[in-house]
Amino acid sequence: MENKALHQSNIRKSDPVAMLKKNAMLIILVLVYLFFTIMTKGRMFKPNSFAALINQNAYVYILGCGMLMCMLTGGNIDLSCGAFVCLLGALGGMMMVVWKWGTAVSLVAMLAIGIIYGCGLGALIAYVMVPPWIATLAGYLAFRGLGTSILGVSSTNSISFKDSPDFLSIFSGTLFKTPEGQLNMPCLIVGIVAAALVVALIFKSRATRLRKGYEVDELAMDVAKSVLGAAVIVLVMYKLALSGGIPTVLVWVAAVVLLYAFITSKTTVGRHFYVVGGNIEAARLSGVNTKRIMFLAYLNMAILTSISAMTVISRFTAANADAGKNFEMDAISACVVGGVSASGGAGTVLGMVIGATLIGVINLGMFQINLDANYQRVVKGFVLLAAVVFDIVSKKRDS
Amino acid sequence: MAKILLEMKNITKTFPGVKALDNVNLQVEEGEIHALVGENGAGKSTLMNVLSGIYPYGTYEGDIVYNGQVCKFSNIKDSEKLGIVIIHQELALVPEMTIGENMYLGNERGSKFAIDWNTTYAEADKYLRMVNLEESSKVQVKTIGTGKQQLVEIAKALAKNAKLLILDEPTSSLNEEDSRALLDLMLGFKKQGMTMIIISHKLNEVAYVADKITVIRDGTTIETIDNHGTEPVSEERIIKGMVGREMTNRFPAREGVQIGDVMMEVDHWTVHHPLYPERKVVDDVSMYVRKGEVVGIYGLMGAGRTELAMSIFGQSYGVNFSGELKIDGKPVKMKKSVTDAIKHKIAYVTEDRKGNGLILSQSIKVNTSLANLSSLASGGVIDQDKEYAVAEEYRDKLKTKTPTVEQLVGNLSGGNQQKVLLAKWMFAEPDIMLLDEPTRGIDVGAKYEIYCIINDLAAAGKSVVMISSELPEVLGMSDRIYIMNEGKMVGEMKAEEATQENIMALILQSGRGA
Repeated sequence: MENKALHQSNIRKSDPVAMLKKNAMLIILVLVYLFFTIMTKGRMFKPNSFAALINQNAYVYILGCGMLMCMLTGGNIDLSCGAFVCLLGALGGMMMVVWKWGTAVSLVAMLAIGIIYGCGLGALIAYVMVPPWIATLAGYLAFRGLGTSILGVSSTNSISFKDSPDFLSIFSGTLFKTPEGQLNMPCLIVGIVAAALVVALIFKSRATRLRKGYEVDELAMDVAKSVLGAAVIVLVMYKLALSGGIPTVLVWVAAVVLLYAFITSKTTVGRHFYVVGGNIEAARLSGVNTKRIMFLAYLNMAILTSISAMTVISRFTAANADAGKNFEMDAISACVVGGVSASGGAGTVLGMVIGATLIGVINLGMFQINLDANYQRVVKGFVLLAAVVFDIVSKKRDS
Repeated sequence: MAKILLEMKNITKTFPGVKALDNVNLQVEEGEIHALVGENGAGKSTLMNVLSGIYPYGTYEGDIVYNGQVCKFSNIKDSEKLGIVIIHQELALVPEMTIGENMYLGNERGSKFAIDWNTTYAEADKYLRMVNLEESSKVQVKTIGTGKQQLVEIAKALAKNAKLLILDEPTSSLNEEDSRALLDLMLGFKKQGMTMIIISHKLNEVAYVADKITVIRDGTTIETIDNHGTEPVSEERIIKGMVGREMTNRFPAREGVQIGDVMMEVDHWTVHHPLYPERKVVDDVSMYVRKGEVVGIYGLMGAGRTELAMSIFGQSYGVNFSGELKIDGKPVKMKKSVTDAIKHKIAYVTEDRKGNGLILSQSIKVNTSLANLSSLASGGVIDQDKEYAVAEEYRDKLKTKTPTVEQLVGNLSGGNQQKVLLAKWMFAEPDIMLLDEPTRGIDVGAKYEIYCIINDLAAAGKSVVMISSELPEVLGMSDRIYIMNEGKMVGEMKAEEATQENIMALILQSGRGA
């Protein structure tokens, strides 16, 4: 009886408690942001803080997408990505600066090396069935040593990209640059257009579902979603407009995040990642090529690691031995805090983005209130643990 | 009359949606061997799990009286303290460890802080001699055969000071010779005053060794047969108790279905065990199924039915295949790939819906579309509106009870999960459906609905192979019945000819002949 009533009305009733639970990390993010804004007497809300958040965390978003795909397949991780950033950065430095190969050729070569590594790693994990954490631990141990020894050609153990302005402008430049403090109109317009697109997409999907008689959320829910989404986009772009323009790295991050959000939610291959992590035997007996999915997860991770390496050496205008240190942990933390299941099969790109942002905000906030670097680590550790405990406890209550 | 050692009074145990035990009574005298028999799923193992404290006091109703005292076990340690020790059907030994280490696992000799290895091995050796094993207890378990491993399990139980020993299918993985040795060992223990409960499908063994036989059917005790006469009780007598239930309208009639040509045929099909490639799991099996026909495959657990079905389904089980598979009269060389099987219009609906059938953490929608997702996608992008519509269509068709198809499958009842599993494979549009225990663990009402779905499939011209351990179900639903035992096809009957008694007799004869 009840089922039928729900079915006919076609409106999914929203349950406030479930809503809170589902969006807990988002709410915590807002509260943490407010906390640091007060603690820093508003400094956290200044335009250059927004720019810093994006520039400092770009690599987390990019690697997070790759790590998400690995974790979806069953809680598998890639420990080698940070060290691979260091190695690839060193190789990139050699190509661009020492051998003077030219930007385009060097970037293609870096990507090719990433693909070769990804194919090898993916084959080891998927077909030779080496457990992922061991296969990637080998890279973790080896790559930084290799990278550092390559950088040994320079007396400072680092290669500077000062003389490669093309490369720097691709990954760490600014679009439509204007002086700081002046409102950058193109940037604001991009923000407004993006916000309008988000609202349009939400209501277009709602209209389609209504027309075909499928279940939809309450109108208020969709309105709230649109208002919130649009407001966040416009706010961020407004702040960036005041800080000089759109950082090119934001374009890269946005492109990667949108692409992976699309893959995970709309494509067959994305669906297969979820089912492999949910129950690999059931997936296999339903005709999913489970080995291919494992292979793709690590190939994909290596490609995104390559892109991430490019953004990082560009941001520091140098390849050095410390590049990429702990990146693997940052990417895993972002996923876990963002609700990606440590045993696989569940998690979204949006969740990972919120998790990465939350960690980024905490890092920046702690830096701005001059917290001792050692305590910063302590806080990060506990945030990670708290997120996982919260996830497990809230799931237990449900069942 | 001897003293009653154990009495289980009015034991009732319910799982969500299923009453596994319903007012079961069991009396075991001191110093006897008491056998529990019944079909798969009758409730024998559940009863023993209640007794040994695996299902703790409070999760069942009724009383366990042991040695005159009411027992309230909260875990397996409590029951072992009183000398009630259970030996499970699956061997629970760690292959890499020595016999001695295994025997005292969780029961280590020595002080709180250090294990006394001398005592461990000395005592272990003593118990090994008691079960007639010559091996040193310092030998790794993986180096001895299954028969000896079973004896190690018994020695392990003796080391726990067992007074009441429960053996769950102790001979299921043993050959004839080892089985006989084990049964004789049991008779020897009996002379020394040990009390034992044996669960077994092998009725000849039961008749040989048991003093009393209690028959359990559908979670209730049917009768206790005395086996003290000069002649051992006949197997027919036991079978009658095991299967003798009424059959009234439990199966919907299948009317006006045209049975057509042969759709699928396997010839001399042989499959070997993936871990022990010398062992034949499916042995020279030949069978066929026609369009619109429901063929039942009956056999006891471990008969090789699941393995047969899975090996046909894209060789998803086993190694070293031989034999021929024909679909629609044409020989098919199928690759070792489920995708290939689906392409050849075969579907395998697993018996283990939670283990390898469904993705419990995903929605009904995602599970329904999984085996044929590509038909809903263009250029790799899923048409999610269409997917939703498909899930809705099958929910309507199979009357799955759920508020929405976005519901997680893990939250559904067993019967509804089974419908989602069927929906997944119906959406893959197969011509041949291999249904493995399609009604396992679901209640009577849901069973009836599943039977109706099977009838609809046959009416639509599909070829249905239904594997089942429930004889009445096989008899009630099949047009034709194959009987399997120990990897071989031991018989084929038309539904009209088949009775519960002659099927059971066929299995028992083939078992003895081997």
